Amino acid sequence: MHNEATRSFSTSASFEMNPAAVITAENLTKSYGELTAVDGISFEVPAGESFGLLGPNGAGKSTTMKMIGGVSQRTSGKLSIMGLDPETHGPEVRAHLGVVPQQDNLDEELKVRENLIVYGRYFGLPLSYLRPKADELLEFAQLTDKARSRVDALSGGMKRRLTIARSLINEPKILLLDEPTTGLDPQARHILWDRLFRLKEQGVTLILTTHYMDEAEQLCDRLIVVDKGRIMAEGSPASLIREYSTREVLELRFGSERNSTIGVELAGIGERVETLPDRVLIYANDGEAALEQVSARRLRPLTSLVRRSSLEDVFLRLTGRSLVD
Amino acid sequence: MISAHSPAVSARRAKRWGSFFYAEQVLRVMRGYGWSVFLYSVGQPVAYLFAMGIGLASLVDANSGAVFGGVNYLTFIAPALLVSSAVMTASGDFSYPIMDGFKWRRVFYGPHASPLVPQQIAAGHIMASALKFLVQSVVYFAIVAMFGASPSPWGWVSAIVATVAGLSFGLPLMAYASTITKDSGQFALVQRFIVVPLFLFSGTFFPLDSLPLGVRWIGWISPVWHGTQLGRVFTYGLEESPLLMLAHVLFLVGAAAAGWTLTRRQFARRMGA
Repeated sequence: MHNEATRSFSTSASFEMNPAAVITAENLTKSYGELTAVDGISFEVPAGESFGLLGPNGAGKSTTMKMIGGVSQRTSGKLSIMGLDPETHGPEVRAHLGVVPQQDNLDEELKVRENLIVYGRYFGLPLSYLRPKADELLEFAQLTDKARSRVDALSGGMKRRLTIARSLINEPKILLLDEPTTGLDPQARHILWDRLFRLKEQGVTLILTTHYMDEAEQLCDRLIVVDKGRIMAEGSPASLIREYSTREVLELRFGSERNSTIGVELAGIGERVETLPDRVLIYANDGEAALEQVSARRLRPLTSLVRRSSLEDVFLRLTGRSLVD
Repeated sequence: MISAHSPAVSARRAKRWGSFFYAEQVLRVMRGYGWSVFLYSVGQPVAYLFAMGIGLASLVDANSGAVFGGVNYLTFIAPALLVSSAVMTASGDFSYPIMDGFKWRRVFYGPHASPLVPQQIAAGHIMASALKFLVQSVVYFAIVAMFGASPSPWGWVSAIVATVAGLSFGLPLMAYASTITKDSGQFALVQRFIVVPLFLFSGTFFPLDSLPLGVRWIGWISPVWHGTQLGRVFTYGLEESPLLMLAHVLFLVGAAAAGWTLTRRQFARRMGA
């Protein structure tokens, strides 16, 4: 579809050419009775950006996605997609989008290729366009040899790729991905990330929710960390890590009984000590040096590990909890 | 390389034709089950036609005299089986597939993310099913006519009556089905305690007025009875008063319209909020 030249053109040029935000949310709020799922969040997404919502289950990510996708009405606040309000212009907004929902809702009784064609019909696209486009998307999703299979014969990863292919049938400029890789094995996740990265290179604006920090780090130019319906922090993965964590982390395990009491003995090592039920984290710019200090105090951990800080650490710092419980 | 038309065009087309786009999806799915659909919806009533209209009829016709309005038993029950068959198909099409769409395989939520609106998804499902009732009724009527059980030249209208009767039973059921969030066997109960009694006590195998008054009301509120009586008017010229004819038509159309309205509202509520 895109050769190298056009691809690099669209990557470098899309942002400068269209600096206007394609999505603007202002004080976006959604309540279900007593429960406030989304509690006044504001953000802007410029064209071509890959924007993430990172947070644990129940943080309000999916609810936000449904409001952007024009399938759930907000309780208050403002929301604009391509300059349109999804509440009053639902069909027009949805015509701009590709949507990959959290749960696959493919037509299991139809063949793989037919799923793409039927979905394209919802946009009023003619078969003369849909037939070659379906083949092209099957190629993109690495499902060409499955074109005539029934959907229920596909693996989880294949279904996910088919759902992504389906979301691209109308050539959307904005793609909404709600936990695109949840439940997939590592290999299937990597294939999917690769496909999403290609779309990003083609200038498609990606909006994705995830509770996997590595996914957010791989795919997002910028993200918001969401907890209990509120934005806790915003920035690029690197800047968030810089701001809320140290360069390195020393992970120590002393066994479940000692972990809880060892914190006092470790005080003063590194910038901050975080005690979790299964391990102790020491935040330091030089992890090896911190480990030497631990040894100098004659504390003998069962295991020790020095690693780079990740978004997981950012989340822990911001909320005092882990992302994936 | 052709590319997709603009989102504005997509939205405009979806607004105008969206129901048809969804109906197309439902028909494609049905096509995958072509033979079983055909056997269920045509084969079953034809089996009844043989058993009752030819087997049982040989006894009935010898003993009944004028009970069946001067026509033979086969002619008497043919329109009733036609209508019952559409109603039974409707009881399948407007129950489990609705649960499937909202809950099991969530097929309604795919198009929901497209420019279609929930009311169009409901309408598409209804239109595709209506077409199926019509095709099955026409095929079944052709078989009835081959048996010579539709002496009137207006007999074919009974296929349309059956389609409407199917909707007048099916759409209120669809409205109910779209409110269900947890399957605890409701549809099996509908089948046993609503569909079967309606089939048996709607003047299907014997005139409604041969029943005691205590159960005759089942016929009055039954789309099967209203449809069957209308069908008989068209296939063999049953004499029905104009007032009663009007009542039949109003009941069938009214129940279908009410069901459709409630269904639209429920679909919008369930997929919109």
